[in-house]
Amino acid sequence: MIMSFNIYDFSGLTRSIDNGLREIMSPGWAIFIELAIIGLVFLIFYALLGLFLVYAERKVCALIQNRLGPNRVGPAGILQTIADLIKLLMKELIPLKNADKLLFNIAPFIVIIASFMAIAAIPFARGLHAIDFNIGIFYVIAVSSLGVVGILLAGWSSNSKYSLIGAMRSGAQIISYELSVGLSLLTIIVFAGTMQLSGIVESQANGWWIFKGHIPAVVAFIIFLIASTAETNRGPFDLAEAESELTAGFHTEYSGIRFAFFFLAEFMNMFIVASMAVTVFLGGWMPLHFGTDNAFNHIMDFIPPLVWFFGKTFVVIYLIMLFKWTFPRLRIDQLLTLEWKYLLPVNLVNILVVAFLTLMEWHF
Amino acid sequence: MQEEVKNIILGEDEDYIINVGPQHPSTHGVLRFEVSLQGETIKKVVPHCGYIHRGIEKMCERDTYPQIIHLTDRMDYLSAHINNEAVCLCVEKALEVEVPEHVTYIRAMLDELTRIASHQLWWCAMGMDMGALTTFFYGLRDREQILDIFEESFGTRLIQSVNTPGGLMNDIHPGFQKRVKEFIKYFRKKLPEYDQLLTGNVIFRERTEGIAPMSREDAIQFGVTGPSGRASGFSCDIRKVDPYGIYPKIHFSEMLRTEGDTLSRYKVRIDEMYESMNILEQLVDNIPEGNFAVRMKAVLRLPAGEFYQRVETARGELGVFIVSDGNKTPYRMKFRSPNFSNLFVITKLAPGYKIADLIAISGSLDLVIPDIDR
Amino acid sequence: MESIVLKQHLESLVPGIVFAENRQYTEVIVPADLLHSFCKQLRFSAELQFDYQISLTAIDWKDHFMLACHLTSSVFRHILVVKSRIDDRDHPSIDTLSDIWKTSEYHEREVYDLFGISFRNHPDLRRLFLDEDYGFPLRKDFTDESRMIVR
Repeated sequence: MIMSFNIYDFSGLTRSIDNGLREIMSPGWAIFIELAIIGLVFLIFYALLGLFLVYAERKVCALIQNRLGPNRVGPAGILQTIADLIKLLMKELIPLKNADKLLFNIAPFIVIIASFMAIAAIPFARGLHAIDFNIGIFYVIAVSSLGVVGILLAGWSSNSKYSLIGAMRSGAQIISYELSVGLSLLTIIVFAGTMQLSGIVESQANGWWIFKGHIPAVVAFIIFLIASTAETNRGPFDLAEAESELTAGFHTEYSGIRFAFFFLAEFMNMFIVASMAVTVFLGGWMPLHFGTDNAFNHIMDFIPPLVWFFGKTFVVIYLIMLFKWTFPRLRIDQLLTLEWKYLLPVNLVNILVVAFLTLMEWHF
Repeated sequence: MQEEVKNIILGEDEDYIINVGPQHPSTHGVLRFEVSLQGETIKKVVPHCGYIHRGIEKMCERDTYPQIIHLTDRMDYLSAHINNEAVCLCVEKALEVEVPEHVTYIRAMLDELTRIASHQLWWCAMGMDMGALTTFFYGLRDREQILDIFEESFGTRLIQSVNTPGGLMNDIHPGFQKRVKEFIKYFRKKLPEYDQLLTGNVIFRERTEGIAPMSREDAIQFGVTGPSGRASGFSCDIRKVDPYGIYPKIHFSEMLRTEGDTLSRYKVRIDEMYESMNILEQLVDNIPEGNFAVRMKAVLRLPAGEFYQRVETARGELGVFIVSDGNKTPYRMKFRSPNFSNLFVITKLAPGYKIADLIAISGSLDLVIPDIDR
Repeated sequence: MESIVLKQHLESLVPGIVFAENRQYTEVIVPADLLHSFCKQLRFSAELQFDYQISLTAIDWKDHFMLACHLTSSVFRHILVVKSRIDDRDHPSIDTLSDIWKTSEYHEREVYDLFGISFRNHPDLRRLFLDEDYGFPLRKDFTDESRMIVR
């Protein structure tokens, strides 16, 4: 089994684990054990990534604000998030008097489950892909929309006017921007001809879509970045939890570990959105290739795909973090105007252009 | 009386009432806005103040004049020096005492430094309220330079209490002029950064341009002075209209704009920072030699009568009204505070706009709540 | 407008006003029932145009109240102090000036809160800073043994 551990292609490893398990036990049990292993790996990955992203956000914020950021807890402050987590775990879960108890308790879980389900479909490297539907992108978009339900439930069941206003704003915002997200991903689907995520990554073996698709792909990428920042309630679109206006909006009444769930889910959504952008526009785990078989490609192939994937994702995450700390906030009607009057028409025109280009094969 | 009160505040029964404050990150101080909404649009705003009423005017009837100066610091604490100066000027006017020119130069310089520091803090807070959280750190970083100048000469950063009837309590540090010149050089390079970060930003413009315009008549009717009034074209700068101290001799212009919306109120304050630096440059090299105070009696008794002094703080016109009956404590002391008049114009400006705009409007009016309640 | 010309002009507006001693500004004492019409003429007459009310306050002289109103004009820049004497200490009241200057509405609420002087025809006369059942602190006969320190 160790022999088949190839850092460039994990399908050997997964196949040998599968064969090994099927030798020992019946196929049903083997599949069950595999599911358990994948679940455990993802849980650990989710937790570690959450820790890392919270720390990274604070350091990036400090970089822009001309200060140092966390640097006391642990070497260079890397244990800061663990300290925060322990603090949140120890906090009292304040029960609300007139809140709807069932919905109030369920809401954070719905948000976490939605982001968990979406992470499962992302291709991390060749062969390291948990769910590989042939409608991959469709699945990811559909499942991440479930998060809205959690937010609306949180706002409504808190029995507080502030939370309700925050939740309504957030609901309107997310539903509007899903259109732009879906349409901008559609451009690459038209180029690549498939919705399967591994297929889209494979189709970028001779160059990333953002280069091959030239102008329409760049437009789609920019729109995707804007719309997905709005989808995750981040950056200049964080009116729903605007601290300066509604004192934390829909999660005002949550404390302790429940608040930590919302907080964590926001960061994981940012990761999902960044990895979608990377997979679809920037090549996923595919190294930077130009053309098919040349020396440049061989040099690029030397770096393992996992490093490529995470490197690109973190660059996009850095961009999204910069947005938040630089721009002021948009008002709710300006936000919706941006989507319905500007992004949506541009998107539709873009799709027409892309369809025409694909027909005439005027892309690289 | 209770039913009438209810009808005035609540309006119809279907109104959705929300309380902004008293504990809220954006109302700078303890102030409660009772906002009646229809959807996101504001129908009516009723400000409730009094959470930090400390009875300063009653305390003034018990304290002697030098003691009162320390109370005035705590009213509009961001223009603490200017508040002190107002009381000192009023007392000096009543006793007909002439302070040395050295003192008037220093008082004017401290006035302008305080004005710049106050506007810097206003800029920090306005950006932060709008969501640009980074502006808070940039403004405070620059404000530290001024606070260091104060600390070197007087030992305190925000609340100086260095004025006393007859002059100052101690003279400036020998390095004062050099540090002020360094600060001006430093800040002239940094102030255009503020414009780049906020003023030119599309999102910021969308949220402030054309929002809540205040006409000149409204400004005069509500008594809105200071930069908020000047943004509507109401020429009310006491340094020009009713000058005091060294201001008649200084060349500076009053920053007036006509649109009166949130963006003009913002721009007037940025202009005022530039203008204050011009004033500082005129003064810093020309401080005449002299005593830092005139010798006054140990116990000050003002002659019987009424005395009024107007000064221009960073927020508007402060008036000090002393009614004296010949004793060592005033008979009645009234402070006409600028924020008190500036606050209530919100009841006219806010209806018709959204909640997010309420925050922008109150940020642009630059209210300091302890000054409203005294 | 020069203070002598101003005085002549003011005398012609309303009968019964008295000029008081004031080293700084022109000061006028008006009978309480004529205050409202006098102020209206101050605001709307073309030669005077006192459109900016600087402050409105009251002074407790132990046997009567004195309402003091500082006015200025944004056009002519002259300053006038208008005073009016209220003799009734149990239920002091006077006409409101809030229909002439909007800022009076709030200054009068403050005077009501701290002195107990009620203003007739005020649109919304409520206490501004203090609780409903607190006394009127700025009166000279106000004592609050638990909280005040008297030297």
